[in-house]
Amino acid sequence: MRNLWNIYKKGLIDENPIFVLALSLCPALAVTTSVVNAFTMGLSVMFVITANNVSVSLIRNLVNPKVRVPVYITSIATIVTFVELVLEAFAPLLYKELGIYLALVVVFAIILARAEVFASKNKVIPSFFDGLGMGSGFTLAMVIIGVIRELLGSGTILGHTILGAWYNPALIMILPPGAFLLIGYMIGGLKVYEAKKAKKLREVDAQ
Amino acid sequence: MSAQINAAETLLSVSTAPYIKSEDTVSKIMWKVNLALAPAAIFGVIYFGVPALINIVVSIIAAVAAEYAVQKIRKVRITAFDGSAFLTGLLLAMCISPEMPPYMTAIGSAIAIVIAKHSMGGLGQNIFNPAHIGRAALMVSWPIAMTTWSTIKTPVDAVTSATPLGILKLQGYSELLETFGGRSELYKALFLGMRNGSIGETCTVLLIIGGLFLVWKKIINWQIPVVMIATVGVLTWIFGPEGFFTGDPVFHMMAGGLIIGAFFMATDMVTAPITKRGQIIFAIGAGMITSLIRLKGGYPEGVCYSILLMNCVTPLIDLVIKPRIYGTGR
Repeated sequence: MRNLWNIYKKGLIDENPIFVLALSLCPALAVTTSVVNAFTMGLSVMFVITANNVSVSLIRNLVNPKVRVPVYITSIATIVTFVELVLEAFAPLLYKELGIYLALVVVFAIILARAEVFASKNKVIPSFFDGLGMGSGFTLAMVIIGVIRELLGSGTILGHTILGAWYNPALIMILPPGAFLLIGYMIGGLKVYEAKKAKKLREVDAQ
Repeated sequence: MSAQINAAETLLSVSTAPYIKSEDTVSKIMWKVNLALAPAAIFGVIYFGVPALINIVVSIIAAVAAEYAVQKIRKVRITAFDGSAFLTGLLLAMCISPEMPPYMTAIGSAIAIVIAKHSMGGLGQNIFNPAHIGRAALMVSWPIAMTTWSTIKTPVDAVTSATPLGILKLQGYSELLETFGGRSELYKALFLGMRNGSIGETCTVLLIIGGLFLVWKKIINWQIPVVMIATVGVLTWIFGPEGFFTGDPVFHMMAGGLIIGAFFMATDMVTAPITKRGQIIFAIGAGMITSLIRLKGGYPEGVCYSILLMNCVTPLIDLVIKPRIYGTGR
């Protein structure tokens, strides 16, 4: 049980897909202009990554290693199509907002990476938790970026005005350069934090 | 034999003592550049009034404060008062509109110091000209505030709140001449600075005097400003509005931020190539991009982006253009 918790937990911070692995930066730049978009994209990816991890793990002994990538992609594409149809049916506005990026989930590096690195070598239940953890970490990162960008770039959060009329939204934050800067500084901040933590651990060890 | 040549190439040769210690320090150079900019800045304050003064002061204070804060956080030696942050703040204020809300100016100034300068490693490490990064960030963030100009009267008593380049872009050359009342009046207004524009970019004559002062003090080479301005002149003359060789090079050379950009921004020691040949390539490139943006782009003015784009290729230019090592083959 503890083991599964650890598998889940590592996706949140220690191996966060966006801030640490730096995979799937494309959606992190493109659809984080508002919290709703970021959250929907996060949940979609979480679902795809978990479902795909399970399916890849189930068939891991049947797939010839030489054709594994096409097989994985087919599996991902099937799940993404499912997500797309569900969103189109129940949340057409969001579906329109996310646009091409929803279909692009098929080729997100993080999904293929988890299938390749984890699901193809582990049993179904650990793979499920790995997908869930990575998906949660992805969603978390997307929402954090989304909150900051929406707040500074439009003065709102979830569409509600937070910063009043006195605030003149900085358009750079809802344009790609703002996202690049923000992600860069967040990765930098995380590195500083990790370096401090590692230094503390060394000091404790030294004593 | 070949081993000897190799050794001679790899070892840094140092001549014997005594050495002459250069009088110039970073701080001295920076204050000289500030001094060279001062006349044009003072002219801007007199011409545009209190808003310009507030923007200049706010920009400088924000830059120095940001530098101080970042150096405290980075735990490095505090050099916030050596004139370099002061220069960044002054330059930024001089290339934005006098009507800019001061808090935006302060943010731009902080971006210039924190993002463009210290994120790259501090003084001497930045890839891009900090003041221009601050301006570009402001331009992207608040495009309306950045393109709202003062309302001024032209020599023929026409009231305008657009820059000469803005009028040229939106209404055409004949409208521009009409606004200023003829070609010679237009040139005079541009030369003396009696026209709309950013705080410090208007007065061509004072900027040139400041630039010549820096050339005389050997702080900048004449190559970059002369070649850059000449390139813009030639290109805007060739690709005129009514076919080849119908442009107005004199207007284009004095309009917009070209003079201040060519003398004070493109010549930045950190972000321009080291060799003279490299600097000429840099200046031609900057002039070409400026002309391209002015004539074909969506913005009326392109000096800021042209210098930033050429800053990108500065390391490449330095890599390709190397001075020949004495005694080796050509």
